[in-house]
Amino acid sequence: MSRLATRFQALREQQRTALIPYITAGDPHPDLTVRLMHGMVAAGADVVEVGVPFSDPIGDGPVIQQACERALCHNVGLRDVLAMVRRFREDDTETPVVLMGYMNPIEVMGYAEFAKAALESGVDGVLTVDMPLEEMGDLDGLLADSGLDPVFLVAPTSTEERMQTICERAGGFVYYVSLKGVTGAASLDVDAVGQRVDRLRSMTGLPVGVGFGISDAPTAARMAAVADAVVVGSALVRRIEANQDDLDKAHEAVTELVADMRHAMDAAAAAST
Amino acid sequence: MSKTSEAMQQSIDFARFPDETGHFGRYGGQFVPETLMAPLRELQDAYARYRDDPDFRAEFERDCKDFVGRPSPLYLAERWSEKVGGARIYLKREDLNHTGAHKINNTIGQALLAKRMGKTRVIAETGAGQHGVASATVAARLGLDCVVYMGADDIQRQSPNVYRMRLLGAEVVPVTSGSRTLKDALNEAMRDWVANVDDTFYIIGTVAGPHPYPMMVRDFQAIIGQETREQMLEREGRLPDALVACVGGGSNAIGLFRPFLEDQEVALHGVEAGGYGVATGQHAAPLCAGRPGVLHGNRTYLMENDNGQIIGTHSVSAGLDYPGVGPEHAWLKDINRAVYTSVTDDEALAAFHEVTRTEGIIPALETAHALAYAEKLARELGPGKSIVVNLSGRGDKDIQTVAEREGIEL
Ligand SMILES: Cc1ncc(COP(=O)(O)O)c(C=O)c1O
Repeated sequence: MSRLATRFQALREQQRTALIPYITAGDPHPDLTVRLMHGMVAAGADVVEVGVPFSDPIGDGPVIQQACERALCHNVGLRDVLAMVRRFREDDTETPVVLMGYMNPIEVMGYAEFAKAALESGVDGVLTVDMPLEEMGDLDGLLADSGLDPVFLVAPTSTEERMQTICERAGGFVYYVSLKGVTGAASLDVDAVGQRVDRLRSMTGLPVGVGFGISDAPTAARMAAVADAVVVGSALVRRIEANQDDLDKAHEAVTELVADMRHAMDAAAAAST
Repeated sequence: MSKTSEAMQQSIDFARFPDETGHFGRYGGQFVPETLMAPLRELQDAYARYRDDPDFRAEFERDCKDFVGRPSPLYLAERWSEKVGGARIYLKREDLNHTGAHKINNTIGQALLAKRMGKTRVIAETGAGQHGVASATVAARLGLDCVVYMGADDIQRQSPNVYRMRLLGAEVVPVTSGSRTLKDALNEAMRDWVANVDDTFYIIGTVAGPHPYPMMVRDFQAIIGQETREQMLEREGRLPDALVACVGGGSNAIGLFRPFLEDQEVALHGVEAGGYGVATGQHAAPLCAGRPGVLHGNRTYLMENDNGQIIGTHSVSAGLDYPGVGPEHAWLKDINRAVYTSVTDDEALAAFHEVTRTEGIIPALETAHALAYAEKLARELGPGKSIVVNLSGRGDKDIQTVAEREGIEL
């Protein structure tokens, strides 16, 4: 069983919702990334999502755009990100790692080489923002051969038919985008999200995660009540941005928010049972 | 051209491209975030419905005639041709269109579609400002809200166009991310669209972006080539020997080329921005010096580094300063149906002055790239042959840039 499946099964048995923090690899400095991944796990992360920096992140709002720019100042590329995951794996063989990024770095590396290198580095899932399943080509099969889970986004605009197809092809978990917009936007309608998550759950046995726009612990707790996983990105990256000149402080600020979210989610779950 | 590619081309039915999934061979496609898949489908369906609809066609053609001033003349540049001493050079006068460039052909088409789809807000990206002005113009005329994204650096170098857009009632949003030019404006427009898919129509200004844009923009711009064909047959009783157009995203080039794709005897030349010279790396010539990758919703030739990051481009002309190119050009290059070259900033400027002084036509700096290459080609082909250059736009917007480069204060 894949690391993602194992982790989600354990969470299901404990009736807990997964907390999945996102950071952009190399932001604000490549030295911090692996340490931060461990720190977030210690603070209560169940899965870690690592962003592969890209020069033109069309699915991201200004916060993650700037994280990419900071990482690119250090020339952090896909191979460097894989090396970071490999180092993370030296001390953590259990926490699943999902790469989130854009198509072109994978395109340039070559699909076969990427699938092989990702597996060898200890990556578990691959989410490519600008690659709808129609365009996967043979990447689909290559990821499957490597035992890597293809994680797909489902959007508020996705039709029933597309939701169905995505659920059939997805691995690891299905990622529901909680708003029409880019990462970091505000305005979440928890009830509407809950309905869509239920609809997805009726289509697949995979866990359904929710992300985009979850900015604080109370929102994380409310989302946790309706989903199997809560993904938090811009809120954490904002804390990195605010402490970009001091890696220790950045580490502290990020892990503190992860811990707050974890507590809020667990407390809300305890209160409702 | 090699024997095999010639044989291959004979069997290509160009009308069948892009295929149903929006691909030109391996290029094109729909590489977009999931949120945009539904609006792209909606757009595809709407375009399929109206593309050959007699009312839609009639309205498009009427607007092209009465609002844009089409057909644009095909002008024989007699004095310049004589000076060059080679083939006869004809200029397809897109600069005489309303708003001063070919861009308006496409915005008319897309705005008519937006109206039929019930969208109340249009957004656009712009580099030189010509597409932004053309979008703001049709939005004003149809009473649509209009937001134009423009790189902060381009706002500096194309300030007259910024003011024109504002006069027309558009909101011009400066884009300060990335390289602060056209590619970043496109990113920002895509982000806007992701957030406002319900009421917003994204008018892409060139034959790039996800399917169906490369096809749709090409179809609207093909009026350039259709007219050219008729005009040449009338003037010379035969087709031209070669067509020349500058290539930024590639819309004026594909518009001219498209109706000639099946005429193997007509050579097609696309001219990219060579900037300081392709060897310096400071240019915007992905077809000449890039390699295939994925950007802005399609697979095409790109300027990128070994990590797959898109790299900075340079061109004296804002409208060519783009690291990608329309996927149909990538395909035409690979199957050897069109040839792509580049000319430098300096060569383009020399041609800008030459044509201005010899013909009394001030061309856009983008267009000046095509003119510089046409001069070389005319000499190569020699007397008795004919070339049509797409005079894609007028140079009023560029006089500030030219003056500055030459140390003249206006
Ligand atoms: C006059 C003119 N020509 C050419 C271009 C380049 O665009 P395309 O390659 O799509 O024709 C522009 C773009 O702004 C332009 O304004």
